[in-house]
Amino acid sequence: MARNVSVQTRIGFTIAAWAIALLLFSPILWVLLTAFKTEAEAIASSPTFFPQTFTLENFGAVQDRSDYFKHAFNSIVVSVGSTLLGLIIGIPAAWAMAFAPTKRTKDVLMWMLSTKMMPAVGVLIPIYLIFRDLRLLDTLQGLTIIMTLINLPIIIWMLYTYFKEIPVDILEAARMDGAELWNEIVHVLVPMAVPGIASTLLLNVILAWNEAFWTITLTSGRAGTLTAFISSFSSPQGLFLAKLSAASLLAIAPILLMGWFSQKQLVRGLTFGAVK
Amino acid sequence: MATAQTRTLSRIMMAPAVIVLLIWMIVPLVMTLWFSFQNYSLINPMMTGFAGWANYLYVIGDPSFTQSLVNTLILVGGVLAITVIGGTFLALLLDQPIWGQGILRIIVISPFFVMPPVAALIWKNGFMHPGYGMLGHLWKFFGLQPVDWFNQYPLFSVIVIVAWQWLPFATLILLTALQSLSEEQREAAEMDGANAINRFYYIILPHMARSITIVILIQTIFLLGIFAEIRVTTGGGPGYASTNIAFLVFRTGILSNDIGAGSAGGVVAVVIANVVAFFLMRAVGKNLDA
Repeated sequence: MARNVSVQTRIGFTIAAWAIALLLFSPILWVLLTAFKTEAEAIASSPTFFPQTFTLENFGAVQDRSDYFKHAFNSIVVSVGSTLLGLIIGIPAAWAMAFAPTKRTKDVLMWMLSTKMMPAVGVLIPIYLIFRDLRLLDTLQGLTIIMTLINLPIIIWMLYTYFKEIPVDILEAARMDGAELWNEIVHVLVPMAVPGIASTLLLNVILAWNEAFWTITLTSGRAGTLTAFISSFSSPQGLFLAKLSAASLLAIAPILLMGWFSQKQLVRGLTFGAVK
Repeated sequence: MATAQTRTLSRIMMAPAVIVLLIWMIVPLVMTLWFSFQNYSLINPMMTGFAGWANYLYVIGDPSFTQSLVNTLILVGGVLAITVIGGTFLALLLDQPIWGQGILRIIVISPFFVMPPVAALIWKNGFMHPGYGMLGHLWKFFGLQPVDWFNQYPLFSVIVIVAWQWLPFATLILLTALQSLSEEQREAAEMDGANAINRFYYIILPHMARSITIVILIQTIFLLGIFAEIRVTTGGGPGYASTNIAFLVFRTGILSNDIGAGSAGGVVAVVIANVVAFFLMRAVGKNLDA
């Protein structure tokens, strides 16, 4: 922002902003630092900032205790699987609504949004019983289906707002030039649609990765994702602070990195296009 | 442009999405409604048949329901107050000419990407634990007795954790709104001699009003269903001190295996959410064409 302010004012604002930001960030920083400390150092009565003895043993211990890789694999399968499934169902629907809107398109969109308002606890019991009878409890298939359904409205809404911005005139111009349908799709439509689809994909992987209601209630041992993995650390056992940090770091690091790249899309996706 | 052919095609393209969402919306909800009028317990299979309003009377009549409802309102209201006021303040600060704005944005948004159980466990063990938590160390540094947060102030502790997760979301959206305010408008106000407070009340706040509404409504939907944060910290206790409606349904239906009563609680949760949803739909719907 190019407003004329004195250097002093600018320094003041900068210090205030950084102080508050670091305060907000301190729990994540704590995890990052504690994960590399020994257990004894982590609970020392006079806390240290940087690890005095840098150690990687916590990560090994976490893997031995709760099998991080299995849970991480489950998280990847469910979040990526449900997002891809959602895109397969969502792209045609959003495309149709954006390029061939009817009088009812707006109502359909609002209705899809309304399914998102339904509180999970309102349908927890039937889903639990249906899953029990279909033997879907504690399976990756079951979890992927649920995750697809709860994120589908967001997927369609995001895609819709992106597709809406593709100018229809360009499609018609291409058609006038005698481009065949296939060429039209490959050379005109896809390049314009890919950024929107990529953003949608990114945000939905993040949302599915962090989902912590269905992943905890519908899984136990086999299909547990990282949210279930980390919840198993909720009852402390002996010296465990550094291990908890190591486990937390492993669970959040990949998604934190993705999140940093997708913060703009987050605004758009979670406000259903109402704030851009 | 909508010929009969494209209309048919677009119906086919929309069909899968509409059908799965229709099933997802109707089937479980009808089942919840049905169970809520049945005697149905997984522990006592002999108890069957139509229950009338008994499940509802049982759930709503129990003191734990009133407490859970009040807790839900305090939880949602408390987190909203912290995140909206704090978020507005932070957004205004980040919009100032400061060094490292881009990095700051990334640092501030980070807590939102931390999965709920991790957020809850970091706060529980790393910060709020009276023995080795950072807040305990801080209290001791000032010569005070460390506080056992989750036993003494269970609901407040949950509010702090949830607010920490959602403050970045509010900040990011309000900052986005703030940055779309045109420079000319601000400069014109400055030239007219409006001071900072007047500029905030008469120009910035009205401009942000819509975004603040959206932040409140979207957060409310998510906050009504807060679950993992309670599950891994207090388990709803002590007693029912930090049980919200969502957790009460889980407790009754899944932990106590009382399907009938749990379902009745679920229906109540749906009714509450629908009241909120009604207002959200109106707010978002209004902005759809814009």
